[in-house]
Amino acid sequence: MMKLIRPFLLPHRLVLLGLFVALVIWCIFSLRWDWLPKYLPLAMQGLWRTIWLLVVSSVLGFLLAVPLGLAQAVGPWYLSAPARVFCTLIRGTPLLLQIWLLYYGLGSVFPQIDGIRDSALWPYLRQAWPYALLALTLSFAGYEGEVMRGAFSGVNRGQLEAAQSFGMPRFTIFRRVWLPQAVRNVLPTLGGETILQLKATPLVATITVVEIFAVSSRVRQDTFVIYEPLLLLALVYMVIAGIIALGFRWLESRVPTHRPGA
Amino acid sequence: MTTAQQATPQAGAATDASGSLVIEDLHKSFGDLEVLKGVSLTAKRGDVIAIIGGSGSGKSTMLRCINFLETPTSGRIVIGGEEIRMRPDGSAADRKQLERVRTRLAMVFQSFNLWTHRTLLENVIEVPVHVLRVPRAQAIEKARSLLKRVGLEEKENTYPLFLSGGQQQRAAIARALAVDPAVMLFDEPTSALDPELVGEVLNVMRDLAAEGRTMLVVTHEMNFAREVADHVVYLYQGRIEEQGPPSQIFGNPQSERLKQFLKSIN
Repeated sequence: MMKLIRPFLLPHRLVLLGLFVALVIWCIFSLRWDWLPKYLPLAMQGLWRTIWLLVVSSVLGFLLAVPLGLAQAVGPWYLSAPARVFCTLIRGTPLLLQIWLLYYGLGSVFPQIDGIRDSALWPYLRQAWPYALLALTLSFAGYEGEVMRGAFSGVNRGQLEAAQSFGMPRFTIFRRVWLPQAVRNVLPTLGGETILQLKATPLVATITVVEIFAVSSRVRQDTFVIYEPLLLLALVYMVIAGIIALGFRWLESRVPTHRPGA
Repeated sequence: MTTAQQATPQAGAATDASGSLVIEDLHKSFGDLEVLKGVSLTAKRGDVIAIIGGSGSGKSTMLRCINFLETPTSGRIVIGGEEIRMRPDGSAADRKQLERVRTRLAMVFQSFNLWTHRTLLENVIEVPVHVLRVPRAQAIEKARSLLKRVGLEEKENTYPLFLSGGQQQRAAIARALAVDPAVMLFDEPTSALDPELVGEVLNVMRDLAAEGRTMLVVTHEMNFAREVADHVVYLYQGRIEEQGPPSQIFGNPQSERLKQFLKSIN
Protein backbone atom coordinates (compact mmCIF):
# COMPACT_ATOMS: atom_id res chain seq x y z
CA MET A 1 0.00 0.00 0.00
CA MET A 2 2.77 2.45 0.97
CA LYS A 3 4.48 1.55 -2.26
CA LEU A 4 1.43 2.74 -4.17
CA ILE A 5 1.14 5.96 -2.22
CA ARG A 6 4.77 6.98 -1.91
CA PRO A 7 5.16 8.42 -5.44
CA PHE A 8 2.41 10.93 -4.60
CA LEU A 9 4.16 12.19 -1.48
CA LEU A 10 6.85 14.17 -3.32
CA PRO A 11 6.54 17.91 -2.53
CA HIS A 12 5.70 19.12 -6.05
CA ARG A 13 3.14 16.37 -6.45
CA LEU A 14 1.53 17.23 -3.14
CA VAL A 15 1.13 20.81 -4.33
CA LEU A 16 -0.38 19.69 -7.64
CA LEU A 17 -2.74 17.30 -5.85
CA GLY A 18 -3.81 20.12 -3.52
CA LEU A 19 -4.50 22.42 -6.45
CA PHE A 20 -6.55 19.69 -8.14
CA VAL A 21 -8.64 19.01 -5.06
CA ALA A 22 -9.23 22.75 -4.64
CA LEU A 23 -10.36 22.97 -8.25
CA VAL A 24 -12.81 20.11 -7.81
CA ILE A 25 -14.26 21.64 -4.61
CA TRP A 26 -14.57 25.02 -6.30
CA CYS A 27 -16.36 23.37 -9.25
CA ILE A 28 -18.79 21.60 -6.96
CA PHE A 29 -19.74 24.63 -4.89
CA SER A 30 -19.61 27.59 -7.23
CA LEU A 31 -20.97 26.14 -10.46
CA ARG A 32 -24.58 25.32 -11.32
CA TRP A 33 -25.55 21.69 -10.90
CA ASP A 34 -29.28 22.10 -10.25
CA TRP A 35 -30.09 20.66 -13.69
CA LEU A 36 -28.34 17.43 -12.89
CA PRO A 37 -31.09 15.47 -11.07
CA LYS A 38 -33.56 16.13 -13.86
CA TYR A 39 -31.21 14.98 -16.62
CA LEU A 40 -29.51 12.16 -14.74
CA PRO A 41 -31.75 9.36 -16.11
CA LEU A 42 -31.17 10.59 -19.67
CA ALA A 43 -27.45 10.90 -18.98
CA MET A 44 -27.29 7.32 -17.74
CA GLN A 45 -29.05 6.16 -20.89
CA GLY A 46 -26.62 8.17 -22.97
CA LEU A 47 -23.65 6.79 -21.06
CA TRP A 48 -24.90 3.26 -21.59
CA ARG A 49 -25.33 3.93 -25.30
CA THR A 50 -21.79 5.34 -25.57
CA ILE A 51 -20.28 2.32 -23.85
CA TRP A 52 -22.40 -0.08 -25.84
CA LEU A 53 -21.41 1.53 -29.15
CA LEU A 54 -17.76 1.57 -28.12
CA VAL A 55 -17.62 -2.06 -27.01
CA VAL A 56 -19.65 -3.57 -29.84
CA SER A 57 -17.97 -1.54 -32.59
CA SER A 58 -14.49 -2.26 -31.21
CA VAL A 59 -15.10 -5.99 -30.87
CA LEU A 60 -16.77 -6.37 -34.27
CA GLY A 61 -14.23 -4.02 -35.84
CA PHE A 62 -11.36 -6.06 -34.43
CA LEU A 63 -12.90 -9.30 -35.69
CA LEU A 64 -12.98 -7.72 -39.15
CA ALA A 65 -9.46 -6.36 -38.74
CA VAL A 66 -7.98 -9.85 -38.28
CA PRO A 67 -8.87 -11.09 -41.80
CA LEU A 68 -8.08 -7.62 -43.21
CA GLY A 69 -4.62 -7.71 -41.66
CA LEU A 70 -4.04 -11.33 -42.61
CA ALA A 71 -5.07 -10.72 -46.21
CA GLN A 72 -2.65 -7.82 -46.50
CA ALA A 73 0.19 -9.59 -44.72
CA VAL A 74 0.16 -12.95 -46.50
CA GLY A 75 -2.91 -13.10 -48.75
CA PRO A 76 -2.92 -13.60 -52.51
CA TRP A 77 -3.34 -10.39 -54.54
CA TYR A 78 -7.09 -10.84 -55.03
CA LEU A 79 -7.55 -10.72 -51.26
CA SER A 80 -4.81 -8.29 -50.32
CA ALA A 81 -5.75 -5.69 -52.95
CA PRO A 82 -9.36 -5.19 -51.81
CA ALA A 83 -8.25 -5.24 -48.17
CA ARG A 84 -5.67 -2.55 -48.87
CA VAL A 85 -8.22 -0.47 -50.80
CA PHE A 86 -10.68 -0.74 -47.92
CA CYS A 87 -8.15 0.30 -45.29
CA THR A 88 -6.91 3.18 -47.45
CA LEU A 89 -10.44 4.46 -48.05
CA ILE A 90 -11.40 4.28 -44.39
CA ARG A 91 -8.18 5.86 -43.19
CA GLY A 92 -8.24 8.47 -45.92
CA THR A 93 -11.68 9.95 -45.25
CA PRO A 94 -13.16 11.63 -42.16
CA LEU A 95 -15.27 9.41 -39.94
CA LEU A 96 -17.98 12.06 -39.90
CA LEU A 97 -18.23 11.77 -43.66
CA GLN A 98 -18.49 7.98 -43.43
CA ILE A 99 -21.25 8.23 -40.84
CA TRP A 100 -23.22 10.68 -42.96
CA LEU A 101 -22.69 8.72 -46.16
CA LEU A 102 -24.03 5.59 -44.51
CA TYR A 103 -26.92 7.27 -42.71
CA TYR A 104 -28.11 9.76 -45.33
CA GLY A 105 -26.92 7.69 -48.31
CA LEU A 106 -27.67 4.08 -47.49
CA GLY A 107 -30.47 5.11 -45.13
CA SER A 108 -32.31 6.89 -47.91
CA VAL A 109 -31.73 4.19 -50.50
CA PHE A 110 -33.13 1.35 -48.42
CA PRO A 111 -36.75 2.60 -48.26
CA GLN A 112 -36.85 2.76 -52.06
CA ILE A 113 -35.99 -0.89 -52.48
CA ASP A 114 -39.06 -3.08 -52.61
CA GLY A 115 -39.28 -5.63 -49.87
CA ILE A 116 -37.03 -3.91 -47.38
CA ARG A 117 -39.89 -1.93 -45.89
CA ASP A 118 -41.79 -5.16 -45.33
CA SER A 119 -38.82 -7.16 -44.09
CA ALA A 120 -38.16 -8.04 -40.49
CA LEU A 121 -35.07 -5.79 -40.59
CA TRP A 122 -37.04 -2.61 -41.28
CA PRO A 123 -37.76 -1.68 -37.65
CA TYR A 124 -33.98 -1.54 -37.20
CA LEU A 125 -33.05 -0.01 -40.54
CA ARG A 126 -35.31 2.99 -39.95
CA GLN A 127 -33.44 3.89 -36.78
CA ALA A 128 -30.14 5.72 -36.66
CA TRP A 129 -28.06 3.52 -34.39
CA PRO A 130 -27.47 0.63 -36.85
CA TYR A 131 -25.81 3.11 -39.23
CA ALA A 132 -23.80 4.59 -36.39
CA LEU A 133 -22.66 1.15 -35.29
CA LEU A 134 -21.82 0.13 -38.85
CA ALA A 135 -19.79 3.28 -39.49
CA LEU A 136 -17.88 2.98 -36.21
CA THR A 137 -17.23 -0.72 -36.82
CA LEU A 138 -15.93 -0.20 -40.36
CA SER A 139 -13.76 2.66 -39.19
CA PHE A 140 -12.20 0.62 -36.40
CA ALA A 141 -11.73 -2.30 -38.80
CA GLY A 142 -9.93 -0.04 -41.27
CA TYR A 143 -7.44 1.30 -38.76
CA GLU A 144 -6.90 -1.98 -36.93
CA GLY A 145 -6.64 -3.89 -40.22
CA GLU A 146 -3.52 -1.86 -40.88
CA VAL A 147 -2.24 -2.45 -37.35
CA MET A 148 -2.85 -6.19 -37.65
CA ARG A 149 -1.08 -6.32 -41.02
CA GLY A 150 2.07 -5.15 -39.28
CA ALA A 151 1.39 -7.41 -36.32
CA PHE A 152 1.04 -10.53 -38.43
CA SER A 153 4.16 -9.82 -40.48
CA GLY A 154 6.07 -8.99 -37.32
CA VAL A 155 5.65 -12.34 -35.60
CA ASN A 156 8.96 -14.12 -35.27
CA ARG A 157 9.31 -16.64 -38.15
CA GLY A 158 11.07 -19.12 -35.92
CA GLN A 159 8.04 -19.52 -33.66
CA LEU A 160 5.88 -20.34 -36.66
CA GLU A 161 8.52 -22.72 -38.01
CA ALA A 162 8.63 -24.49 -34.67
CA ALA A 163 4.88 -25.00 -34.85
CA GLN A 164 5.15 -26.25 -38.45
CA SER A 165 7.99 -28.59 -37.60
CA PHE A 166 5.81 -30.32 -35.02
CA GLY A 167 3.11 -31.02 -37.57
CA MET A 168 0.62 -28.43 -36.37
CA PRO A 169 -2.15 -27.95 -38.91
CA ARG A 170 -2.24 -24.47 -40.41
CA PHE A 171 -5.33 -23.29 -38.61
CA THR A 172 -3.99 -24.53 -35.27
CA ILE A 173 -0.78 -22.58 -35.90
CA PHE A 174 -2.87 -19.50 -36.59
CA ARG A 175 -5.04 -19.95 -33.53
CA ARG A 176 -2.40 -21.07 -31.05
CA VAL A 177 0.72 -19.21 -32.12
CA TRP A 178 0.36 -16.63 -34.86
CA LEU A 179 -2.72 -14.71 -33.71
CA PRO A 180 -1.87 -14.62 -29.98
CA GLN A 181 1.67 -13.46 -30.72
CA ALA A 182 0.46 -10.83 -33.17
CA VAL A 183 -2.14 -9.48 -30.75
CA ARG A 184 0.30 -9.53 -27.85
CA ASN A 185 2.78 -7.48 -29.84
CA VAL A 186 0.27 -4.73 -30.65
CA LEU A 187 -1.67 -4.63 -27.36
CA PRO A 188 -0.29 -1.17 -26.46
CA THR A 189 -1.34 0.14 -29.88
CA LEU A 190 -4.77 -1.47 -29.61
CA GLY A 191 -5.29 0.16 -26.21
CA GLY A 192 -4.56 3.58 -27.66
CA GLU A 193 -6.77 2.93 -30.66
CA THR A 194 -9.67 1.87 -28.43
CA ILE A 195 -9.39 5.17 -26.57
CA LEU A 196 -9.42 6.99 -29.91
CA GLN A 197 -12.53 5.00 -30.80
CA LEU A 198 -14.16 6.16 -27.57
CA LYS A 199 -13.45 9.74 -28.56
CA ALA A 200 -14.89 9.13 -32.03
CA THR A 201 -18.29 8.10 -30.65
CA PRO A 202 -19.62 11.69 -30.16
CA LEU A 203 -19.77 12.00 -33.96
CA VAL A 204 -22.82 9.74 -34.04
CA ALA A 205 -24.70 12.44 -32.13
CA THR A 206 -24.92 14.22 -35.50
CA ILE A 207 -27.23 11.52 -36.83
CA THR A 208 -29.64 11.67 -33.89
CA VAL A 209 -28.15 8.88 -31.77
CA VAL A 210 -28.57 10.08 -28.20
CA GLU A 211 -25.34 9.02 -26.50
CA ILE A 212 -23.67 10.89 -23.66
CA PHE A 213 -22.40 13.77 -25.84
CA ALA A 214 -25.86 14.34 -27.26
CA VAL A 215 -27.24 14.49 -23.72
CA SER A 216 -24.87 17.30 -22.82
CA SER A 217 -25.96 19.20 -25.93
CA ARG A 218 -29.56 18.69 -24.94
CA VAL A 219 -28.90 20.12 -21.47
CA ARG A 220 -27.23 23.15 -23.04
CA GLN A 221 -30.15 23.77 -25.39
CA ASP A 222 -32.79 23.32 -22.71
CA THR A 223 -31.21 25.21 -19.82
CA PHE A 224 -28.52 27.46 -21.37
CA VAL A 225 -26.07 26.02 -18.87
CA ILE A 226 -22.95 25.65 -20.99
CA TYR A 227 -19.79 24.78 -19.06
CA GLU A 228 -21.03 22.46 -16.35
CA PRO A 229 -22.36 19.71 -18.69
CA LEU A 230 -19.17 19.94 -20.75
CA LEU A 231 -16.97 19.64 -17.65
CA LEU A 232 -18.92 16.62 -16.48
CA LEU A 233 -18.70 15.18 -19.99
CA ALA A 234 -14.91 15.58 -19.96
CA LEU A 235 -14.77 13.78 -16.63
CA VAL A 236 -16.91 10.92 -17.94
CA TYR A 237 -14.69 10.43 -21.00
CA MET A 238 -11.56 10.58 -18.89
CA VAL A 239 -12.88 7.92 -16.55
CA ILE A 240 -13.81 5.59 -19.42
CA ALA A 241 -10.46 6.19 -21.11
CA GLY A 242 -8.73 5.46 -17.81
CA ILE A 243 -10.60 2.19 -17.43
CA ILE A 244 -9.66 1.17 -20.97
CA ALA A 245 -6.01 2.01 -20.34
CA LEU A 246 -5.98 0.03 -17.09
CA GLY A 247 -7.71 -2.90 -18.78
CA PHE A 248 -5.11 -3.08 -21.53
CA ARG A 249 -2.27 -2.67 -19.07
CA TRP A 250 -3.64 -5.62 -17.13
CA LEU A 251 -3.83 -7.69 -20.34
CA GLU A 252 -0.23 -6.79 -21.14
CA SER A 253 0.97 -7.75 -17.70
CA ARG A 254 -0.59 -11.18 -17.98
CA VAL A 255 1.87 -12.29 -20.65
CA PRO A 256 5.23 -10.62 -20.18
CA THR A 257 7.20 -10.78 -23.38
CA HIS A 258 10.32 -9.00 -22.28
CA ARG A 259 12.86 -9.90 -19.73
CA PRO A 260 12.40 -7.52 -16.80
CA GLY A 261 14.69 -4.60 -17.31
CA ALA A 262 15.64 -5.65 -20.82
CA MET B 1 37.34 -37.66 -53.73
CA THR B 2 37.12 -41.32 -53.16
CA THR B 3 34.45 -41.20 -50.54
CA ALA B 4 32.23 -38.53 -52.05
CA GLN B 5 28.76 -39.71 -53.01
CA GLN B 6 29.54 -43.17 -51.77
CA ALA B 7 26.61 -45.09 -50.40
CA THR B 8 26.43 -44.96 -46.63
CA PRO B 9 27.53 -48.08 -44.78
CA GLN B 10 23.96 -48.75 -43.65
CA ALA B 11 22.34 -48.29 -47.05
CA GLY B 12 20.56 -51.36 -48.23
CA ALA B 13 20.26 -52.80 -44.78
CA ALA B 14 16.71 -53.73 -43.91
CA THR B 15 15.14 -50.59 -42.52
CA ASP B 16 13.18 -51.55 -39.48
CA ALA B 17 10.13 -49.42 -39.05
CA SER B 18 10.12 -46.51 -36.60
CA GLY B 19 13.19 -44.47 -35.89
CA SER B 20 14.77 -44.95 -39.29
CA LEU B 21 15.45 -42.25 -41.79
CA VAL B 22 16.45 -42.47 -45.43
CA ILE B 23 17.39 -39.52 -47.60
CA GLU B 24 18.00 -40.25 -51.26
CA ASP B 25 19.56 -37.96 -53.81
CA LEU B 26 18.29 -34.78 -52.16
CA HIS B 27 18.60 -31.63 -54.22
CA LYS B 28 17.73 -28.11 -53.19
CA SER B 29 18.13 -24.89 -55.12
CA PHE B 30 17.36 -21.35 -54.11
CA GLY B 31 16.81 -19.77 -57.52
CA ASP B 32 20.01 -20.38 -59.48
CA LEU B 33 21.98 -21.32 -56.42
CA GLU B 34 22.15 -25.07 -55.90
CA VAL B 35 22.68 -25.59 -52.19
CA LEU B 36 22.28 -29.37 -52.09
CA LYS B 37 23.61 -31.33 -55.02
CA GLY B 38 22.39 -34.82 -54.34
CA VAL B 39 22.76 -35.92 -50.75
CA SER B 40 21.94 -39.44 -49.63
CA LEU B 41 21.98 -40.58 -46.05
CA THR B 42 20.57 -43.44 -44.02
CA ALA B 43 20.02 -43.63 -40.29
CA LYS B 44 18.96 -46.80 -38.55
CA ARG B 45 16.99 -46.70 -35.39
CA GLY B 46 19.20 -45.45 -32.57
CA ASP B 47 21.84 -43.92 -34.82
CA VAL B 48 23.35 -40.62 -33.86
CA ILE B 49 24.60 -38.88 -36.97
CA ALA B 50 26.62 -35.69 -36.70
CA ILE B 51 26.62 -33.42 -39.72
CA ILE B 52 29.58 -31.08 -39.93
CA GLY B 53 30.78 -28.63 -42.51
CA GLY B 54 31.70 -25.03 -43.09
CA SER B 55 29.17 -22.25 -43.41
CA GLY B 56 27.28 -22.47 -46.69
CA SER B 57 27.94 -26.19 -46.98
CA GLY B 58 24.19 -26.90 -46.92
CA LYS B 59 24.08 -28.76 -43.62
CA SER B 60 21.23 -26.74 -42.11
CA THR B 61 19.33 -26.73 -45.38
CA MET B 62 19.62 -30.51 -45.52
CA LEU B 63 18.18 -30.86 -42.04
CA ARG B 64 15.35 -28.44 -42.83
CA CYS B 65 14.51 -30.36 -46.00
CA ILE B 66 13.88 -33.49 -43.97
CA ASN B 67 10.77 -32.01 -42.35
CA PHE B 68 10.02 -29.81 -45.33
CA LEU B 69 10.66 -26.50 -43.58
CA GLU B 70 12.54 -26.04 -46.83
CA THR B 71 10.89 -27.59 -49.84
CA PRO B 72 13.39 -29.90 -51.56
CA THR B 73 13.83 -29.50 -55.29
CA SER B 74 13.96 -33.26 -55.76
CA GLY B 75 14.85 -36.43 -53.96
CA ARG B 76 13.24 -38.93 -51.62
CA ILE B 77 12.70 -38.73 -47.88
CA VAL B 78 11.54 -41.82 -46.01
CA ILE B 79 10.84 -41.68 -42.32
CA GLY B 80 10.06 -44.83 -40.38
CA GLY B 81 9.42 -46.62 -43.67
CA GLU B 82 6.93 -43.99 -44.84
CA GLU B 83 7.96 -41.94 -47.85
CA ILE B 84 6.83 -38.33 -47.87
CA ARG B 85 4.88 -38.00 -51.10
CA MET B 86 6.20 -35.21 -53.28
CA ARG B 87 4.94 -33.39 -56.32
CA PRO B 88 7.30 -33.15 -59.30
CA ASP B 89 8.42 -29.71 -58.06
CA GLY B 90 9.45 -31.21 -54.72
CA SER B 91 6.67 -29.78 -52.57
CA ALA B 92 4.74 -32.11 -50.31
CA ALA B 93 1.82 -33.63 -52.20
CA ASP B 94 -0.24 -34.54 -49.19
CA ARG B 95 -0.41 -31.97 -46.43
CA LYS B 96 -2.14 -34.35 -44.00
CA GLN B 97 0.56 -36.94 -44.50
CA LEU B 98 3.29 -34.33 -44.05
CA GLU B 99 1.70 -33.12 -40.82
CA ARG B 100 1.44 -36.66 -39.55
CA VAL B 101 5.07 -37.44 -40.38
CA ARG B 102 6.20 -34.16 -38.84
CA THR B 103 4.64 -35.12 -35.51
CA ARG B 104 7.17 -37.97 -35.41
CA LEU B 105 10.10 -35.70 -36.18
CA ALA B 106 11.02 -33.24 -33.52
CA MET B 107 13.28 -30.35 -34.29
CA VAL B 108 15.49 -28.38 -31.94
CA PHE B 109 16.46 -25.02 -33.37
CA GLN B 110 19.55 -22.88 -33.05
CA SER B 111 17.43 -20.00 -31.73
CA PHE B 112 15.26 -22.27 -29.50
CA ASN B 113 12.00 -20.94 -30.95
CA LEU B 114 10.02 -21.59 -27.82
CA TRP B 115 6.60 -19.96 -27.97
CA THR B 116 7.26 -16.84 -25.96
CA HIS B 117 3.63 -16.20 -25.05
CA ARG B 118 3.38 -19.49 -23.18
CA THR B 119 5.06 -20.78 -20.04
CA LEU B 120 7.52 -23.65 -20.22
CA LEU B 121 4.87 -26.16 -19.16
CA GLU B 122 2.45 -24.80 -21.75
CA ASN B 123 5.19 -25.02 -24.37
CA VAL B 124 5.82 -28.66 -23.59
CA ILE B 125 2.15 -29.75 -23.56
CA GLU B 126 1.18 -27.64 -26.59
CA VAL B 127 1.75 -30.24 -29.30
CA PRO B 128 0.59 -33.29 -27.32
CA VAL B 129 -2.66 -31.57 -26.34
CA HIS B 130 -3.48 -29.59 -29.47
CA VAL B 131 -2.07 -31.82 -32.18
CA LEU B 132 -1.83 -35.34 -30.82
CA ARG B 133 -5.00 -35.03 -28.69
CA VAL B 134 -3.45 -36.47 -25.57
CA PRO B 135 -5.64 -35.81 -22.50
CA ARG B 136 -4.44 -32.65 -20.81
CA ALA B 137 -3.78 -34.16 -17.38
CA GLN B 138 -1.70 -36.91 -18.90
CA ALA B 139 0.26 -34.42 -21.01
CA ILE B 140 0.96 -32.26 -17.98
CA GLU B 141 2.20 -35.21 -15.98
CA LYS B 142 4.57 -36.21 -18.76
CA ALA B 143 5.67 -32.61 -19.32
CA ARG B 144 6.60 -32.26 -15.66
CA SER B 145 8.75 -35.37 -15.77
CA LEU B 146 10.43 -34.14 -18.97
CA LEU B 147 11.12 -30.72 -17.47
CA LYS B 148 12.54 -32.46 -14.45
CA ARG B 149 14.71 -34.57 -16.68
CA VAL B 150 16.27 -31.47 -18.29
CA GLY B 151 16.60 -29.83 -14.88
CA LEU B 152 13.85 -27.24 -15.23
CA GLU B 153 11.20 -28.58 -12.84
CA GLU B 154 11.32 -25.31 -10.89
CA LYS B 155 10.63 -23.24 -13.97
CA GLU B 156 7.42 -24.70 -15.35
CA ASN B 157 5.45 -21.48 -14.86
CA THR B 158 8.15 -19.20 -16.22
CA TYR B 159 7.98 -17.55 -19.63
CA PRO B 160 10.84 -18.46 -21.99
CA LEU B 161 12.32 -14.97 -22.28
CA PHE B 162 12.98 -14.92 -18.54
CA LEU B 163 15.42 -17.81 -18.91
CA SER B 164 19.00 -18.13 -20.05
CA GLY B 165 19.74 -19.51 -23.50
CA GLY B 166 20.85 -22.82 -22.06
CA GLN B 167 17.63 -23.16 -20.08
CA GLN B 168 15.56 -22.24 -23.10
CA GLN B 169 17.33 -24.81 -25.23
CA ARG B 170 16.83 -27.50 -22.60
CA ALA B 171 13.15 -26.58 -22.48
CA ALA B 172 13.04 -26.84 -26.27
CA ILE B 173 14.48 -30.34 -25.98
CA ALA B 174 11.78 -31.21 -23.43
CA ARG B 175 9.18 -29.89 -25.87
CA ALA B 176 10.67 -32.09 -28.57
CA LEU B 177 10.67 -35.16 -26.33
CA ALA B 178 7.02 -34.60 -25.42
CA VAL B 179 5.90 -35.93 -28.79
CA ASP B 180 7.89 -39.16 -28.45
CA PRO B 181 9.71 -38.47 -31.67
CA ALA B 182 10.97 -41.27 -33.90
CA VAL B 183 13.77 -39.05 -35.13
CA MET B 184 15.15 -35.90 -33.53
CA LEU B 185 16.65 -33.17 -35.65
CA PHE B 186 19.09 -30.74 -34.02
CA ASP B 187 19.95 -27.63 -36.01
CA GLU B 188 23.12 -26.23 -34.43
CA PRO B 189 21.55 -26.45 -30.97
CA THR B 190 24.46 -24.82 -29.16
CA SER B 191 25.57 -22.19 -31.66
CA ALA B 192 23.53 -19.37 -30.12
CA LEU B 193 24.64 -20.11 -26.58
CA ASP B 194 27.23 -18.42 -24.42
CA PRO B 195 30.22 -20.78 -24.07
CA GLU B 196 29.52 -21.57 -20.42
CA LEU B 197 25.98 -22.71 -21.27
CA VAL B 198 26.93 -25.13 -24.05
CA GLY B 199 27.82 -27.95 -21.69
CA GLU B 200 24.42 -28.23 -20.01
CA VAL B 201 22.69 -28.66 -23.38
CA LEU B 202 25.25 -31.15 -24.70
CA ASN B 203 24.86 -33.20 -21.53
CA VAL B 204 21.13 -33.54 -22.12
CA MET B 205 21.82 -34.56 -25.72
CA ARG B 206 24.42 -37.08 -24.58
CA ASP B 207 21.73 -38.63 -22.39
CA LEU B 208 19.34 -38.89 -25.28
CA ALA B 209 21.95 -40.54 -27.45
CA ALA B 210 22.69 -43.04 -24.71
CA GLU B 211 19.06 -44.08 -24.46
CA GLY B 212 19.02 -44.97 -28.16
CA ARG B 213 17.26 -42.07 -29.81
CA THR B 214 17.71 -41.58 -33.52
CA MET B 215 19.33 -38.18 -33.83
CA LEU B 216 20.60 -36.03 -36.64
CA VAL B 217 22.75 -33.28 -35.26
CA VAL B 218 24.10 -30.38 -37.27
CA THR B 219 26.87 -29.11 -35.07
CA HIS B 220 30.07 -27.19 -34.68
CA GLU B 221 30.90 -29.05 -31.49
CA MET B 222 33.56 -31.44 -32.75
CA ASN B 223 34.11 -32.98 -29.35
CA PHE B 224 30.44 -33.85 -29.15
CA ALA B 225 30.54 -35.33 -32.65
CA ARG B 226 33.64 -37.32 -31.80
CA GLU B 227 32.34 -38.69 -28.51
CA VAL B 228 28.64 -39.18 -29.13
CA ALA B 229 28.01 -39.73 -32.83
CA ASP B 230 27.99 -43.19 -34.41
CA HIS B 231 28.54 -41.67 -37.79
CA VAL B 232 29.89 -38.34 -38.96
CA VAL B 233 29.02 -36.71 -42.28
CA TYR B 234 31.15 -33.93 -43.69
CA LEU B 235 29.31 -31.73 -46.17
CA TYR B 236 31.15 -29.53 -48.61
CA GLN B 237 29.32 -27.27 -51.05
CA GLY B 238 26.15 -29.31 -51.06
CA ARG B 239 27.74 -32.73 -51.37
CA ILE B 240 28.85 -35.34 -48.88
CA GLU B 241 32.59 -35.01 -49.13
CA GLU B 242 33.41 -37.68 -46.63
CA GLN B 243 31.63 -39.74 -44.03
CA GLY B 244 32.38 -42.50 -41.61
CA PRO B 245 32.76 -43.35 -37.95
CA PRO B 246 34.14 -40.51 -35.84
CA SER B 247 37.45 -42.33 -35.36
CA GLN B 248 38.02 -42.22 -39.10
CA ILE B 249 36.70 -38.72 -39.73
CA PHE B 250 38.69 -37.12 -36.95
CA GLY B 251 41.57 -39.56 -36.70
CA ASN B 252 42.28 -40.39 -40.30
CA PRO B 253 40.50 -38.00 -42.66
CA GLN B 254 40.97 -38.84 -46.35
CA SER B 255 39.71 -35.77 -48.13
CA GLU B 256 41.94 -32.70 -48.37
CA ARG B 257 38.99 -30.42 -47.73
CA LEU B 258 38.03 -32.25 -44.58
CA LYS B 259 41.65 -32.09 -43.40
CA GLN B 260 41.64 -28.36 -44.03
CA PHE B 261 38.26 -27.92 -42.34
CA LEU B 262 39.40 -29.78 -39.24
CA LYS B 263 42.59 -27.75 -39.16
CA SER B 264 40.68 -24.49 -39.50
CA ILE B 265 38.42 -25.12 -36.54
CA ASN B 266 41.16 -26.21 -34.17
